[in-house]
Amino acid sequence: MGPARRRPGPRGHGRGGQGPGVTRLRPLWWLTGPLAVVLAGVAGLAFGPVPLPPVAVAAEMLNLIPGIRLESGLDEREVAVLLRLRLPRVVLGLLVGAMLALAGAAYQGVFRNPLADPYLLGVAAGAGLAATAVIALDGPRALLPAAAFTGALAAIGLTYLLGAAGGRERSPAALILAGVAVAAFLEAGQTWLMQRHADDLREIYSWLLGRLATGGWSDVRMLLPYVLVTSVVVLLHRRELDVLTVGDEEAAGLGLHPRRSRLILVAAASLGTAAAVSVSGLIGFVGVIVPHTVRLLAGASYRAILPLSMLFGAAFLMLADLIARTAVAPAEVPIGVITALFGAPFFVLVLRTHRRVAL
Amino acid sequence: MAVARGRRTLAAIFAVVTLASGCASPDEPTPPAASAPSGAFPVTVGGVTLGERPDRIVSLSPTATEVLFAIGAGPQVVAVDDQSDYPSGVPVTDLSGFQPNAEAISAQSPDLVVIANDINGIVKALTTLRIPVYLAPAATSLDDAFRQWRELGTLTGHPADALVTQVGTEIDKLVADLPQRAEPLTYYYELGPELYSATSTTFVGALLGRAGLTNVADPADANAAAGGYPQLNQEFLVKANPDLIFLADVTCCAQSAATVAARPGWDTMTAVRTKQIVALDDDVASRWGPRVVDLVRAVTDAVAKVPA
Repeated sequence: MGPARRRPGPRGHGRGGQGPGVTRLRPLWWLTGPLAVVLAGVAGLAFGPVPLPPVAVAAEMLNLIPGIRLESGLDEREVAVLLRLRLPRVVLGLLVGAMLALAGAAYQGVFRNPLADPYLLGVAAGAGLAATAVIALDGPRALLPAAAFTGALAAIGLTYLLGAAGGRERSPAALILAGVAVAAFLEAGQTWLMQRHADDLREIYSWLLGRLATGGWSDVRMLLPYVLVTSVVVLLHRRELDVLTVGDEEAAGLGLHPRRSRLILVAAASLGTAAAVSVSGLIGFVGVIVPHTVRLLAGASYRAILPLSMLFGAAFLMLADLIARTAVAPAEVPIGVITALFGAPFFVLVLRTHRRVAL
Repeated sequence: MAVARGRRTLAAIFAVVTLASGCASPDEPTPPAASAPSGAFPVTVGGVTLGERPDRIVSLSPTATEVLFAIGAGPQVVAVDDQSDYPSGVPVTDLSGFQPNAEAISAQSPDLVVIANDINGIVKALTTLRIPVYLAPAATSLDDAFRQWRELGTLTGHPADALVTQVGTEIDKLVADLPQRAEPLTYYYELGPELYSATSTTFVGALLGRAGLTNVADPADANAAAGGYPQLNQEFLVKANPDLIFLADVTCCAQSAATVAARPGWDTMTAVRTKQIVALDDDVASRWGPRVVDLVRAVTDAVAKVPA
């Protein structure tokens, strides 16, 4: 991060001299996103710890369409496995992945920092501390989403205040540093709580490593409204994000309200992150790796980065969850472990092959 | 009960003998003075050597606390960890067996420390302070538990043989009274709502195995890489369709027959349909002390109810 670079010019991010708004996006890339989602979704439905014949899976899927009634040959428990456990889990992976990647992309734009993601800004740590407190203090588990959301907003608020403490000029680097400090502080509190409540360690730990394992459709229903609100708000601000990358003065010169746009975007991204985190636990790396990969592949414009991040984030998490539930079946691997294990090397690979447009 | 009998034994011991205790704290009532009637000190067990009967025992393991009181060594126990809650009236402190602190432990001037985990080099630290430490890690079998009880008996001067015989006999009888079945019943043993379970290689799994039950979690940790405690996949559990579900996460995590039945897809399971969901006492289910009989009884009662 280095010392604050207050006014990065058009080249400030080292984007290889590529100005914002210059869309390199070729039509081909628009196809890859939806294709990745469909392939990951089909794979997620077809495979699992309980082997189900692909034909039967396809038949049950078609049965979801009103008016169609096919005989799949699955027994009652297998149908429950497919429609009430596997399908909602795949959908949940789609929503959480899309949300974390979109939030990461939005933070990176708002804070003009390629490293910004829900983790570095303390958002996830805030949600984590609040959720840990609910578990450790034996609060009702129904409070978990609300607590995680409150913790996330409090954390980003704190980060914002601390980052702004240096003066009226908010430098992106100061914000990130504040986020790191806030995250460290909140994680310390969480560690302390965990030590005081060793009985709850398994539950807390399981949550901290992320899981799409349990909720079923109720989690999907809980998450969906937040995903819609966040997506609409962030996607509507895609132009502002492009302009913000050139700096506040330039943005103001173009007739925008940089501070207002920032506030709206941060609130929306935090809302989406908190909602995702509250149902899935902490799943790292999606928010930073996916937008970067998209940027390296498809160019620097947020008009491309935002929607493609959502699609690739969804595909990435659906595949990560497929691995999480099949790699050591019938046991589970925490999905956070998978996203880190596969995400980080994959990212390095993309970075190496596209070095000229790196960061 | 074992506890009452142990206390009677202890009272008898007190009546007879006297021993000066060099390290009792001043506010302590007349030090429980005794030399073991049956135990000839010095003794050496499990790498610990005691020159004389310990009078200031610190137990940092809830199981060890239960065992110590059951064999009659309770009055010698001056401090127990924050998780020890049985029997009632144990001298609870804020000492932690999970984050043991050598200084805080030594402040109790113990002449014997019993702990279940050698975390953060605590055994070495206490040994450096010349405080004898008996390590009693989670038992892997009933025989392993019995060995620990006997060793604690030897170390404290209160032989545990009678207790071991009694508990062993009771468990054997409970198991022997079970109806014969053509097909063994299957079960899922839940440690937490995140679907952590215990395989047959664990203490509790082995115990349930004695009751003739088949553990559906066994394939999830076939090579014991997860130490016998795998996190199960929900799809797999629904498909495995156990006949019985045992909940060891009732107190910790507010699970019940109702919450289990409400989980998506679980209503298709035999155990849920036939209402064979057994709420266990979390503490009893996670310790390897004398109350293990209560655990076996809860299991065998449930098994007996399933029509053969």
